Amino acid sequence: MKGFTTFRRLVFAAALVPAAALTYGAFTNNLTANPIDYITDITGLTALTFLTLSLTVTPLRRLTGRNELIKLRRMLGLFAFFYACLHLSTWVVLDWFFDFASMTSDVVERPFITLGMVTFLLLLPLAVTSTAGMIRRLGKRWQQLHRLVYVAAITAVVHFWWVVKADFREPRLWAVALSVLLGFRAWWTLRTRLPSRS
Amino acid sequence: MLIRKPTDIPFSEVTPQSLYLRRREFFQAAASGALAAATVLAPRGAGAQTGPKLPNVRKTPYGQGERLNSYADVTGYNNFYEFGTGKEDPAANAKDFTGRPWTIKVDGRVKNAGDHDIDSFIKPYALEERIYRLRCVEGWSMVIPWVGIPLADVINRLEPEPGARFVEFTTLNDARRMPGLNVPVLRWPYVEGLRMDEAMNPLSILAVGVYGEALPGQNGAPIRLVVPWKYGFKSTKSIVRIRFTDSEPRNSWQVSAPREYGFYANVNPEVDHPRWSQATERRLGEFRRRPTEMFNGYGDQVARMYAGMDLRKNF
Ligand code: HEM
Repeated sequence: MKGFTTFRRLVFAAALVPAAALTYGAFTNNLTANPIDYITDITGLTALTFLTLSLTVTPLRRLTGRNELIKLRRMLGLFAFFYACLHLSTWVVLDWFFDFASMTSDVVERPFITLGMVTFLLLLPLAVTSTAGMIRRLGKRWQQLHRLVYVAAITAVVHFWWVVKADFREPRLWAVALSVLLGFRAWWTLRTRLPSRS
Repeated sequence: MLIRKPTDIPFSEVTPQSLYLRRREFFQAAASGALAAATVLAPRGAGAQTGPKLPNVRKTPYGQGERLNSYADVTGYNNFYEFGTGKEDPAANAKDFTGRPWTIKVDGRVKNAGDHDIDSFIKPYALEERIYRLRCVEGWSMVIPWVGIPLADVINRLEPEPGARFVEFTTLNDARRMPGLNVPVLRWPYVEGLRMDEAMNPLSILAVGVYGEALPGQNGAPIRLVVPWKYGFKSTKSIVRIRFTDSEPRNSWQVSAPREYGFYANVNPEVDHPRWSQATERRLGEFRRRPTEMFNGYGDQVARMYAGMDLRKNF
């Protein structure tokens, strides 16, 4: 158990590395010639990374039988939300500098921005209801609500896909990873719900 | 006609050192705003000019008064998929690229067809410096001091035949020297083209240098097209073939996504990319977006070529 606590702390520290690296890069003026675009990409990618990592917890737990892994899930999910907040703030503050008219028309007219916003709005209630009190209060409905994370992961990958001009290798990789993770759940559900035929 | 302003500013003064420091100011603003902390900013490391100067470069009035982007920006932030799709891939992967020896094949409807060695190809022309704005289709822009030769002079000397209505440019397709070619992100080789009147426009140049030095690999060594009123992808890099043809060339980006990229690709704030707006752009080194100008601000010189054309259809 002690070992696992240390592991959790390490994961926590590691999760702060991208934010720290961006901050350091900002102060050493080392975020490419187009820092705003770079920050947007890194925060978006990091949000997607943690969203995906949070979806690996249950399959890993099922496969390894190590139930303490569940204690990582909330932290990973909240880091996904944290980086999504940075990503959104970059867009609002650095990219558009509070030009709400332009941002609104972007959300309405640009499907990739619409999907980014949808993803964010899906993650928001999940973050808000991530406290122990909320989990208790919502009971069974908490589980149902938090299934939205599957939708958010899908919209996040499509958002990424629609950002890209021609080199789809990276979004394709995320799409494959997500398919595996969601596929595992479907397979597991079928396996445990259906009576075994053999 | 051209807006000619007399100028005799020596090259060394076109690029005041203070401009290199602009991004520091930018980040001071951004960082102090966003991070609300004391700023200890170092200049961005590598990227000082190192190579020998190209000899006998004639000054021109083009772009005088524009604030140049730094050499580090111009040579460190590039879209050149033959060297990788990341913005900093070309600088890294083109480090050992050399533009010599180099042969340019001229063919199609042209009298002086044949293989031309790069040095004899450019020898007849005086090198000129042209400071041009470059607007990328992705929504960012730079100001770049190119060194090159007027494309019209080159074409006149090649003597196109009457049927030549378009000029097609092809980029080197050698995966051993350009690792990005191993990945089929676009249909290789990279092909672009211009209508003959566009190619003959006085703004169109073949660049062989930047910042007074020979082009580095990531900027399209040893010779590239620069057509500043069009999105950057029209300006074919590392040209190995110039073909004169009677039909509109199928440029690589149009082949890749015909709904998103057309043949003309004129900078136009009113015609959006299907996925993002083209109304504004970010000049690298600046914090706030600025409005994008019709024809990238070169309307006086180029607008009449498109009189009567529907630029929404011919995007
Ligand atoms: C809140 C609304 C959001 C907005 C307005 C937004 C906007 C953007 C923009 C402008 C880009 C960059 C496009 C470019 O590089 O040209 C981007 C990229 C990206 N975003 Fe978002 N986004 C949002 C939410 C999200 C969320 C919630 C996630 C993930 C959970 C996400 C993941 C990504 C990823 C992975 C990229 C691509 C990064 C890359 O190109 O390397 N975005 N987004």
